Amino acid sequence: MSASGVATTPTASTGVETMTYREALRLAMRQEMERDERVFVMGEEVGLFDGSYKVTAGLMDEFGPDRVRDTPISEEGFVGAGVGAAMLGERPIVEIMTLNFLLVAMDQVVNHAAKIGAMFGGEVRCPLVIRTPNGAGNQLTAQHSQSFDGWFAGTPGLKVVAPANPADAKGLLKAAIRDDDPVLVIENLPIYKEKGYVDVDAELLTPIGRAAVAREGGDLTVVAHSFATVRALKVAEKLAAERGVSLEVVDLRSLRPLDVETVAKSVAKTNRVLCVEEGWPSYGVTAEIAARIQYACFDDLDAPVERIGMAEVPLPYAKELELAAMPTEDRIERAALQVLELAA
Amino acid sequence: MAVIDRTDAPLDLDVDDLFGQYRTMFLIRRFEEAAERQYKAARIGGYCHLSSGQEAATVGAVSALEPDDLLITGYRCHGFALARGVPADAVMAELFGRAHGCAHGRGGSMHLLDVSRGYYGGWGIVGGQLPIATGMALSLVRQGKEQAVLCELGDGAVNMGAWHESLNLASVWNLPVVFMVVNNKYGMGTSVERASAEPDVFKRAAAYRVEGERVDGDDLEEVEWTTTRLLRAAREERKPAVLEAMTYRFRGHSVADAGLAYRTKEEIEERREQDPLTRTRASLVTRGVPLEGIEALEAEVEVEVEASIAFADADEAPSVDRLAAGMYAEGSEEQFERMRPGSPAGEEELVFAGGLGR
Repeated sequence: MSASGVATTPTASTGVETMTYREALRLAMRQEMERDERVFVMGEEVGLFDGSYKVTAGLMDEFGPDRVRDTPISEEGFVGAGVGAAMLGERPIVEIMTLNFLLVAMDQVVNHAAKIGAMFGGEVRCPLVIRTPNGAGNQLTAQHSQSFDGWFAGTPGLKVVAPANPADAKGLLKAAIRDDDPVLVIENLPIYKEKGYVDVDAELLTPIGRAAVAREGGDLTVVAHSFATVRALKVAEKLAAERGVSLEVVDLRSLRPLDVETVAKSVAKTNRVLCVEEGWPSYGVTAEIAARIQYACFDDLDAPVERIGMAEVPLPYAKELELAAMPTEDRIERAALQVLELAA
Repeated sequence: MAVIDRTDAPLDLDVDDLFGQYRTMFLIRRFEEAAERQYKAARIGGYCHLSSGQEAATVGAVSALEPDDLLITGYRCHGFALARGVPADAVMAELFGRAHGCAHGRGGSMHLLDVSRGYYGGWGIVGGQLPIATGMALSLVRQGKEQAVLCELGDGAVNMGAWHESLNLASVWNLPVVFMVVNNKYGMGTSVERASAEPDVFKRAAAYRVEGERVDGDDLEEVEWTTTRLLRAAREERKPAVLEAMTYRFRGHSVADAGLAYRTKEEIEERREQDPLTRTRASLVTRGVPLEGIEALEAEVEVEVEASIAFADADEAPSVDRLAAGMYAEGSEEQFERMRPGSPAGEEELVFAGGLGR
């Protein structure tokens, strides 16, 4: 793994393996459960069924039904149970089938977990991990394709991370499990199957609150997180080959805390910036990043801050409509060229 | 169904125990009367929910807890905190928003707690503490501890989804938690009959195949006896339960509510004649406790309450430099240190300036 935390060509180290994002998450959970008895997993279909998206596959066989606990369809109940167990010093990892379903437990996340440290004057902590995927693109339509990353990242008391590759999936999930505060780990459905190099060292964590420069470049900064980073990297490769322009991709990795410093440093170098997210941009992550940039980088900018995200409609079913709504590579490319003041 | 008609003889409390419990009930009453005066003098802000009339239910239930059992409640929690032994000084200082309040001036009336006494807080969202109580009970089971959780809620909470989800989880996972419904007849101004399709709340336990029992919540000994039995079954047999304590709040929903829009003065007067304090005091006299002894106890409590006001009044305000103390765990400063550049929120700059520790 490179210093930026992004998987690169493996070194001679025998500790580096190729695995999927899904496998990296599983490795993180397995390692942490082996390390710490207090760590347990609960959620819908995490055990017998091997996980709705197979992230927890095999863990129940390995750790038993007490530490890999199947729950009823009862998000408010078992997220709250995670809060209560965490308050007594356990390290629960609550899996929510998709981020969309976390909304039915919103009260426990925002009104309860996020409040405990401050509201009780630091007398009790809530070291809870909630991990859940989001992601559009499989015609899952309006109720199953949403990204609420910004909602949670805008809540003081929570920490929110969103890995974009297998190395960070392992490293950030482990950091979240060891963290003493409630951490939401936002995963991504389309990249569960993506492969990358992962250093399997059990003590190698990805620090929370540190962005990574996923690709170095000099002409334009693209700020992204999660799947948007994957798309941005592909666009960067294409534009380098076809247009000879060099994009720097900053992968936020952590949304709260937010590493504005790394973003600002990149913008100071490139003087142009495009922010990309999978969620709705209005009041979203890109809105926040743009606000930070205009303040931190006012004198550095050669062009207005551009941002793109999901079209602001409930996601439709028809493939043509869905594609038209999404921040696809084509749209990222067009926006990048626009900020670069180059013809499409 | 598992509802049991209680035909057993009531618990015959030791007169010394009863004396102590009367003292706590009297403390709660006098403390809240003082709190109301201080609220009206604008020295206590926010919401202030009083529990006058509910003291027997509160003290009876808390008395049934073993020292290592855990307690979690809703927001009408002054009485529960005091009954669990949180010093009146720390509770009053919290109501005053002072540094030495039990939540360091961060919680106020609704968010009292004392982890050292197993009291995991007053919570302000109706029903929100139920799933948390369930998780606390799960944790006790995982740790192999023979302890139980007592989770207080009001009659207004039983129509929340959290009630259903928590009872279901507690039952399918056999968790040691007793959900105590303090039924004071009104959720704010809406009577149980107007709110609940099944107003006999204890019967709803049957839907989850757990024991549900209703007691006279103004009968201290009946409350303690039944809570003791249900907590024991929770601890020893991992049987969750619902306990419905029928009581009445003499005052409005909060200090700001006169409490007369939805009920009559006659109803309130009628209930005041059943005042649990009067009943418990009479029980002490019947058992031969000399009146002078009771009066001496009451005088002592008056002094304790006055002292708590003096303590809160003299206590310092929390330092504004420590605005975010406690929000994140110690060590988080480093994680947030790059959030600052151009940050209007300024976590690193403003919030963590004084450090995260208490």
